Amino acid sequence: MSAEAQNHDSHHGMMIDNKKLFMWLFLGSDCMFFGTMISTHLIYRKLYPDSFDPTTLFSLELTSFSTFILLMSSFLMALAVSAMHKGDMKGFRRNTIGVIFFGLIFLGCQVYEFTEFAHKDLTLSSGTFGSTFYMLTGTHGVHVAIGVFWLTCMYFYSFTGKMDPHESAVDVEVAGLYWHFVDIVWIIIFTAIYLIEFV
Amino acid sequence: MSSTTTDIPAPAKTETQEDVLKPQKSNLGLLRPDHKKNFIVDLLTTVDHKKIGIMYGLIAMFFLVVGGIEALIIRAQLAVPENDLISAQRYNQLFTMHGTTMIFLAVMPLNAAFFNFLVPLQIGARDVAFPRINSFSLWTFVAGALVLNFSWLVQAFYELGWFVASDTSVAAGKTDFVPAIGWFGYAPQTSTQFTGIGTDFWIFGLQILGISSLSASMNFVSTIINMRAPGMKMMRLPVFTWMTLIVSLLIIFAFPAITIALGQLMFDRMFGTSFFNVADGGQPILWQHLFWIFGHPEVYILVLPAMGIVSEVLPTFSKKPLFGYSIVVFSGAVIGFLGFAVWSHHMFTTGLGKVATAAFSLLTMAIAVPTGVKIFNWIGTIWGGRVRFAAPMIFSVGFIWMFMMGGFSGIMHSAAPADSQQQDSYFVIAHFHYVAIGGILLASVSAIYFWLPKMIGKMWTGRLNIWVAIITTVGLNVTFFPMHFLGLIGMPRRTHTYLSGFGWETYNMICTIGAFILAFGILLFIVDIVLCVTKGKPAGDDPWDARTLEWATSSPPKFYNFARTPVVAARDALWEHKHGPENRKITYVEEDSHGIHMPSQSWMPLFAALGFIPLGIGAALMQAGVPFMGYITILGIVIIALGVALWALEGPGGYHFHPEEEAT
Repeated sequence: MSAEAQNHDSHHGMMIDNKKLFMWLFLGSDCMFFGTMISTHLIYRKLYPDSFDPTTLFSLELTSFSTFILLMSSFLMALAVSAMHKGDMKGFRRNTIGVIFFGLIFLGCQVYEFTEFAHKDLTLSSGTFGSTFYMLTGTHGVHVAIGVFWLTCMYFYSFTGKMDPHESAVDVEVAGLYWHFVDIVWIIIFTAIYLIEFV
Repeated sequence: MSSTTTDIPAPAKTETQEDVLKPQKSNLGLLRPDHKKNFIVDLLTTVDHKKIGIMYGLIAMFFLVVGGIEALIIRAQLAVPENDLISAQRYNQLFTMHGTTMIFLAVMPLNAAFFNFLVPLQIGARDVAFPRINSFSLWTFVAGALVLNFSWLVQAFYELGWFVASDTSVAAGKTDFVPAIGWFGYAPQTSTQFTGIGTDFWIFGLQILGISSLSASMNFVSTIINMRAPGMKMMRLPVFTWMTLIVSLLIIFAFPAITIALGQLMFDRMFGTSFFNVADGGQPILWQHLFWIFGHPEVYILVLPAMGIVSEVLPTFSKKPLFGYSIVVFSGAVIGFLGFAVWSHHMFTTGLGKVATAAFSLLTMAIAVPTGVKIFNWIGTIWGGRVRFAAPMIFSVGFIWMFMMGGFSGIMHSAAPADSQQQDSYFVIAHFHYVAIGGILLASVSAIYFWLPKMIGKMWTGRLNIWVAIITTVGLNVTFFPMHFLGLIGMPRRTHTYLSGFGWETYNMICTIGAFILAFGILLFIVDIVLCVTKGKPAGDDPWDARTLEWATSSPPKFYNFARTPVVAARDALWEHKHGPENRKITYVEEDSHGIHMPSQSWMPLFAALGFIPLGIGAALMQAGVPFMGYITILGIVIIALGVALWALEGPGGYHFHPEEEAT
């Protein structure tokens, strides 16, 4: 490939956009964040198997519902990215508002769940289970909240006319990468923290 | 491929340079701080990797001196038995801050200084991939350093009676406002039960420094992978750039462990969780695991750049290519990878069980293999070369020898039975100071001797460097060699004072004398730098007859690095250009009408990073019951969020520059 044909910002790269590469690296790092917290939870669970019985507390119906909602939000995110690539601004807005709405439902479920658990005496300071559970799911919730905030900003920004498919598709794609990652992490958390207790 | 550059129409060639250099308005309608003549504004808002690198370096040198003074006070206290120069509490604070300062505020930023200055030049790029994130990393580092060292101010205020904390923990006698928990902050000593808000300053300071390191590392990986000049294939990268890549990946994957561990500790202290709280079933050993999963890769984060430096200096002054380039690069990668698999060798005495201990012993020994390979490759590089003992070479050769000394005692630690005798004794102190000073510091001094002429365009004067080499090396050996013996005859580390009669007096006195010799050597080095800056003669582009791309541009490099992007045809591009066959010469990309796309300067990274100061200080002081500190903390978070939002909204900006039109 001749040098002139290349973008003068990246001369020789792996042909992956800088922003996307940066997000991939962040997600790699984030894997280690969640990995550390999930390990902490599982270690204490194994160490004190009988200290706490979460099956009386967890509502699988509710959490399965919110997991499903989060999965569907990922689907809408993919549609939003695809719409942006096609330059379909209306489709982008429609799907993005869907992602935001589903994300908020998930967060609402989590808030409801936390309040329920707190009423039933599972708090941050009630032993290792409370500590690891709230810190892990809470950190995930913060990730979802940041994603919702990010997409909301993007939604409103799309009305300023400064977004065009050629320029902004990669920005939407980066937000999408983040959103899918947060979704995947939830699937692992749902399995390793919730489902495993009912085996 | 989309990028941030195309939203600015390229100015026509007929436009004069003055028109191009007019400050533009950002998307927010504010004037961008470009091309201001004001020096301070320029430094605060710069996105130029070279200026950021030099600022990193200056701050690192400052904290090297601070950490050094802390070490000298420690050594003065230990010079004679039953000394009462400083209190035991102050002693704890000093060795904690000495370790934390040297690792996070001196060595890491000094490495970051070289990463910043050199990597874009070595790969033939205009700048890093994300210039504004680079600026953010610098200022976040400064914020973290300030938060950590603000604790000294609080301590001073408390002792002068100006600071009255209402918290019960202070009333109960926990008056340590400076971290006093050792640089690895073992639980449960870090709980509110045992330590005051010094620990909180430590938590927030380290957390902020971690954000800085992570953002910088992601930036460097993006830069090295994506911004290479045409023809600069991965296996043509200078070894220093390779080591930067590996170190950046280590930071990306190792720092999360300590971030979470610090988060858990913060939750324990602020919200009463029980991660490390023994009474509620918390396991202090978890802290050790999480800390060392970060802490051991951290050791390689500190030392791999030094290995990269030596791999650049030795070939240049031996006039030979690096012996076994591929295997040196591969060994660096193996060291980085294995670095994640040996953390428990810091914990042999905790009772891991036979299998785990044996496995970690074996893996630790295995790390000696790639390290040994590198040593032999360096020796092979010098072998039969036309060796010039210029200053950088002296220190690089010193590095090989001194680093090997540290490596040998390291191998001794890898045997778990031997280690259980050496654990927490002065033998360990001797080991890691040989690695840290004999290895990392000598390599960094070598790097400064090598690259300062490129950074400031001036050449060294006189041969003070020989005295620097002799005095630092003598000082280092006099200080740390007796510590091997001290450790073997039983002196534990982190001892405030000791009784006479154990046979420790003479060794301790020698160590203290050595420490002052070493400090004098560093002082001479700083004098040499000042002489170079003030009296140095112009260095020229390539004063050392060097091999890599950074020497192909002017000294100091222009803000745009290369007037035209180089096209690389071989490893050791400049050497081949000077001495190689015709088909390996550097060519340059044809000039097009766009000129060079330069990024705009910005206030926003600084603005966002400064938010970390009220966040960290507020959160720590809140723990001591100082009123309104919760609001200060929230203010910090708001500043960060606002800074990031404005940063996103102002747009990347940028302008096109035609170097030929510049009046020279």
